[in-house]
This record gives sequence, C-alpha cells and structure tokens, in this order.
Amino acid sequence: MADVKDFMSNDPIAWCPGCGDYGILNALKAALVKLGRKPKDIVIASGIGQAAKLPHYIKCNCINGLHGRSLSYAAAVKIVNRELTVIVTTGDGDCYGEGGNHFIHNIRRNTDITVIVHNNQIYGLTKGQASPTTDEGYVTKVQPQGVILEPIRALEMAIALGAGFVGRGYSANMEHLSWLIVEAINHKGFSLVEVLQPCVSFNKKNTHEWYSKRVYKVNDDPAYDPGNFAAAFQKASEWGDRIPTGIIYRTEKPSYGEKSGLDKMPPLVDSKIDDIDITSILKEYA
Amino acid sequence: MRDELTIKIAGDAGQGMQTVSTVLAKAFKKAGLHIFVNQDFMSRIRGGNNFSQLRVAAKPVFAPRERTDIIVSLDKESASLHSASVANEGIMILDRQKTGITGNEPSYFDVPFYDMAKKAGGSELYANSAASGILAGITRLDFRHVEEALKETFGDKSADVIKINIDAARLGYDFAKDNFKPDMFAIKESGPNGNLLMNGNDAIALGAIRAGCKFYSAYPMSPSTSIMENISRYAKDFGIIVEQAEDEIAAINMIIGASFAGVRSMCATSGGGFALMAEGLSLAGMLETPIVAVDAQRPAPATGFPTRTEQADLDFIIHAGHGEFARAVFAPGTAEQAFYLTVKAFNLAEKFQVPVIILTDQHLADSSRDIGAFDLGNARVERHIISKEDSKKVAGYKRYQITKTGISPMAVPSWIDDVIYADSDEHTEEGHITEDAHIRVSMVEKRLYKKMELLSQEIEEPARFNIESADTILVGFGSTYGVMKEACDAIPRGKTGFVHLSQVWPFPSRQLAALLKGNKKILTVENNAGAQLAGLIRRFTGIEADGSILKYDGRPFDVDFLVERVSEVTSHGRR
Repeated sequence: MADVKDFMSNDPIAWCPGCGDYGILNALKAALVKLGRKPKDIVIASGIGQAAKLPHYIKCNCINGLHGRSLSYAAAVKIVNRELTVIVTTGDGDCYGEGGNHFIHNIRRNTDITVIVHNNQIYGLTKGQASPTTDEGYVTKVQPQGVILEPIRALEMAIALGAGFVGRGYSANMEHLSWLIVEAINHKGFSLVEVLQPCVSFNKKNTHEWYSKRVYKVNDDPAYDPGNFAAAFQKASEWGDRIPTGIIYRTEKPSYGEKSGLDKMPPLVDSKIDDIDITSILKEYA
Repeated sequence: MRDELTIKIAGDAGQGMQTVSTVLAKAFKKAGLHIFVNQDFMSRIRGGNNFSQLRVAAKPVFAPRERTDIIVSLDKESASLHSASVANEGIMILDRQKTGITGNEPSYFDVPFYDMAKKAGGSELYANSAASGILAGITRLDFRHVEEALKETFGDKSADVIKINIDAARLGYDFAKDNFKPDMFAIKESGPNGNLLMNGNDAIALGAIRAGCKFYSAYPMSPSTSIMENISRYAKDFGIIVEQAEDEIAAINMIIGASFAGVRSMCATSGGGFALMAEGLSLAGMLETPIVAVDAQRPAPATGFPTRTEQADLDFIIHAGHGEFARAVFAPGTAEQAFYLTVKAFNLAEKFQVPVIILTDQHLADSSRDIGAFDLGNARVERHIISKEDSKKVAGYKRYQITKTGISPMAVPSWIDDVIYADSDEHTEEGHITEDAHIRVSMVEKRLYKKMELLSQEIEEPARFNIESADTILVGFGSTYGVMKEACDAIPRGKTGFVHLSQVWPFPSRQLAALLKGNKKILTVENNAGAQLAGLIRRFTGIEADGSILKYDGRPFDVDFLVERVSEVTSHGRR
C-alpha cells in the first residue's frame, strides 16, 4: 500500500505562505495514496505559473514544460503509455489563457487524463495582472480602470464541449477536494477539476473569507443529478453569492484509447522497433 | 530513336493531369526507362492552370527541364501558357474541337481525344486515359505496359471502369501510331529494373516507419501533408498513432510528450507552421527530449505560395527557437537521402537527446523519381534509451546527470523504479528548478557545446562531383542535388563540378573548407533570394562565394535554366 511518505519530494517549496496551492498539493497527495498507485506509474504534467511548480513538490514523474502547452504533452504521454496515470496541474492563465486552444481540443480528444486547474482569478507569477477568470471591475496595475473583459466560464465551456467529468473544488476543503480528485482520476476520459484557490499576495477580493462564505457542495443534495446535462450546465453557470463545488457533471463516453483502438493494443512504448519490415510497403512503389 | 523525352500534361485543376503522369510514369518504368515527374499546381481545388512534367530517359534523370518535347494541353489556356516551352521539333497536342483553340502554331497537333473518351466510355471523363494512350503511341511504348499501368492506377475501381480506361487508351494509342511517324519520338525500351517510383515525402514517411516512429502528430500544411497521409495509410498495420493536432504548437508539444514517455515521434509542417513550433523546439532542446521535425519549405513570408517551392527557411531553421541549444538539420537532395536521413534523424535524436530537423521543400516533397531498392541493412534502428530490462538495475536516477560526454542516460517513466523530473526551467541534475549560476553554466555547456561537438563528429559528408578538374564549383543543399548533377553532366568540357550538402547543421565547415580550397570559382545554387547558403559558407569557413545563382519565383530550378546561367557566369568571367 502506498503511504503519503512515498509521495514526499525534497525540493523546497517556493509558494507564498498561506497560498491555496498547499491545500491542493495535500489533497492531491491524499488522493494518490487512496488510489494506491506507485509514484513511478504517475506522470504529472504542467506548464508555467504557480500551479505548474506543483509537480516538483510531490514525488511522481514530472514533465514541466511550456506555458499553456501541458495538455498537449500530457495527452501524448497517455496515448503512448496508457498504463500511466496522467495528471495535469495548471492555472487559470496557463489553461484558459495561453493554453485555451489546447483546452478546447483536448476535451474533444478525450484522452484519459485529469486536469486540475488552480483558479486564483489572478496572475501570481507575473505579479498581479488580470487572468481570464478575474472578476469584471477588479483593479490591477495593468487594468487601472478595472477589468472590462468578462471572465471565461470554463465549467460551462467544458460541459458544452462534451467533457465527461467536470468538477470544482476549494483548496481549503481538503478532504472534499481529495475525494473529487480520486473521482476525476477514476473517470475514464478527460476530467476537469477546477480548484478555487485564494492568492494571498495579489487577489485582494477573492480571499479565503470571500470563498468560504460562498462555496457549497452540490453532491450533498441527493436530488442533484450530475448526469443531467441541462441541470449541470445551469449549475456550472452559478457564480456569485453561491458557488457550487463537487461533481457538477459526469457522464460516461468512449475515451480516445477506446476509439483509437489503443486500449486493445500493447502500450506503444512497448513496441518492438529494432527491425521493422517495410517490404510490404515498398512493393507498392515498385 | 530518342534516349530522352520530356512530356508535359497541362490543364486546369481537376482535369487529372497527375493521373496521366502517374499512368505514364508506371508504364515507362515497366519498359525499363528512368523517370522523373514533377508537379506544378496552384493552390486551388478547381480551375487555374496546373501541369505535370514527366521526363523519360535511358539514363537516370533527377530534375525538371524547361524544353519540352511533347505537351498535352487539356484546356485552351494551357496552349498559350506553355507554347514557349515547346522544344525545337517538339509538339503540342490539343483537341481543337473541345478546347476551341484556333491558333496555328507549327507545333500544334489536333487530336480528338475527348471524342475518343466518349467513344470508349460515353463520357469525357476518360480523356485522361485517351491522352495517356496517345503519348504511349507517339513514343511507341508497348501497349501492354499502358494496360498494366492503368490496371494498377485504377485498381480500386470496378472492372467496367478499368476496361473503359483501357479502351480509351487503346483508341488514343492506335490513333497516334497511325498519325505520327515512328522516328519522331520513339524511345528505346529496356528490361524492368526493379526500381521504386517515389517522391521525397513518400521516402520520409517510409523512413519514419522503418525507424520505429510510433507517434506522429501534425496540422495539415502543404507541402508536408502527404507525409501524414502516408503514415496514416500504414498506421494500423504498423501500430502507429497519427494524431491530427489542433495547431502546430500542439503537434510539437505532443511529440515531445510521447518522446518523454519513451516513444519515437515525429511532426511535419511548412515554414509558417514551423514558426509556431519554434517555442516547442526550444522546449525539446531544454528538456533534452529527442524529436524529429520536418520543414517542407514553401515560398514565404507568411502564406506565400502554398503549393510552390523555395529554400528560404535555411537561416530560420538553423536558428529557430529561443536560446542556445544543439540540433541537427538534414537537407536531403533525393528520395534516397530522404529515406536514409530520416532513419538517421531518429537515431541521432535519441543518441544525443536533441531535436533533429529534416529540411525539404515542395519540389523534393512532390517530385517522383525511380530509385534503386533501399538497403535496409543501412537503415537500422539504433536505440540509446535505457532498455526495459536494464531499467530494473537503475537506482538514484538523475535525468540531467552531468557526464563527461554531456549525455545523461535517458530512462522511460515507469520502467525504472525512480521517478523522472524533466523541466523547462533551468534545472538541477535531478530536474528541479534552480537559479544557481554554476549549475546554469554546466547545463548550458552540456546542451550546447558538448552536444554540438558530438553532432559535429557525425556530420554527413557532402556529396561532391568532379571537383578536382573543375574550375567552377556549384554548391547547394536540399532539393537542388538533382539539377546540379544534371547541369554538371550537361555542361561541356567537364569544367564544372558541384558540392551538395545533405546536412546543414552543425554546418560542415571543415568539410567545405577542404572541398572548396584552391583557385576555383564558387557559385552557390539556391532557391531563395538572400543567398543564405553563401552567407553561411562565409560565416563558417571565411570563403567568399564568387556568386550565387538564385531562383525565387516559387518554381524549381530546371536543367536548361541552370546550364544557361552557369554558362553565362563562367563565359563572362564574372566574379
């Protein structure tokens, strides 16, 4: 059985004290312990931003690449070795801004990966500019008159695009978040877990107090059916005095691995390639 | 009897000129003749003016020619567009009734091939096959070769359709035999030579399959797309996944992910797509992840000429990506080189954990030639990652371990018991983020100096021809191999030689300095306006070329053009 110690990294953490990212890191570790997989069988992919540093703070395989591109290499890792558990840790800027196109198309691609979006509604690493999820009117150094763009509605987008698993967690509700991550990883296909996460340095509006007053757990209501597309879409659009968390939408659908035939093949990484016989193809050119 | 003929089939897009050249190339090849076919098409699905040019010869041919012996004009516009390229004693075949061509050039021959098509199959659709038959008849090619070629080309069609095509060709063939004297264009046949008819993109796709590429990702872009189509055709049988990415940025990042996970991977695009890939190329350099990327060049800037050719990405490709890191860039000149260098690209990428780029262009990509059978013994996979078996023995793994050579052993996630950290920030040997100045220095030296040194030891030797006795040496890279070779053969007195670079990075400076020494006139031959190769030669060898023969109209060099230009420069003694 895996133990939380198995996932301990000795790389010193470079997040601000009090950052919501610590809650996400602990929830992820707890989730991986619950899943019982070995660190060597897990790959965490990330791009750039505070969320992207997370893979260094946990002992798993890590590919920490470029801003916005993590979904691309994560999907490919899963395609070539389906025996790996593939998780992406990304942020609101990385995933919805720089990587917006990859977000759209990887939902369509539906590889069996779990995408955890640390959403602090602000740019932390570049020191406080608006992110795609910053509330309208919020004042920053770059938006001194307040943000005039409407925030992206990523959960609605994901549901509309056909994501099979769409959830939202809150970094301070560690146990709930850890449960949500386990459910997401166990979902066969693309799963999205957006995590509300206060930025203690640059977001003076969406603070711990602000979120704590608003978040509630949708799955506590036995009448809520995450399999109901219309209800889920409506729930995903709820933002303001009350913010839903939990499994907002879940439906089963064939994953990339099933549709491409990969799931019935040995993992591509195990292909024997030392003397591939191409004479059958060469005959076509004779 | 001729020992060489140049044939052109021109018409508007959708009239199937390529089908005629495909059928004829197959048929002439069956007769033991050597073939070179190139395509000139506009970026549209219907209309415009396109042509296929087919060279047929007793000796191997490598490049297009301007002077054409027989031109078939399938529409009115083609007749006027191409009449200037009719060779002395050449002819233009056209169907006056169908096309309404009224001009009276002495080269015009009226042949009712649309009528023949209708007679054979009740539809003008079969005019292509009638035209194929006419061309075969004029050249006195044995009809059974045409029949076989039609059967192969239309192999997926019904027996009825195949028969109608053969009937239309027969009508054309008989008409030509009755109306053209045998001594006009008859060509010597010989026995089948077992050669393969292949273009550059076919060869790259085959090379990738042979090299063990199991993941291919790209966004369609002319002229690279047929590599993706080719690999897709065989993907199921060879256990390859071809993933059409949402953009080129995704394509290169996907192959980086696949390679990180232990699988040989490739992407291909043209210059505009490569511009988007530049960021990912830099990532591959930093992560030390082996990848193979193809830039099939087309005229730029921006969208340029989507379906035409140019070699203007040279400077861009050797520098693409922010920062400093090692890479290798191959520039194959023939389909054979494209095949072997693709296999080598995969081996080299893995050996030194670097990106390797194959720089081609539309001309090489789309031109077919008959080539000798591949020697698969010279196209072997050499693996350099830690094998699954050896992985069991690995302990205390560090992805970026500092070693004498600069190469850190590459492990595959989950094969070893340790975890692997790969990072695009500057990193420690373990792969964690660092800002330490000393580590930075050793990592830069590892990625740049040490790897460039290793790559420099394995540079492809430039090809050379007649450089000892020549007083003029042409120097080119990539697709100009064939035209330089034929031009040097064609220029009398044997005073012209050539050097061809099939690898342009690391730049073969030592090799070139030795080859270009002495009091010789050096002329670069480049399909660009900036004389980029001449610039590189100056920068890396100090040798100043005496001139550059440049072509930047989006069309490839042809033998006649190059011979003329070389003769002009050498006879005027221009420096």
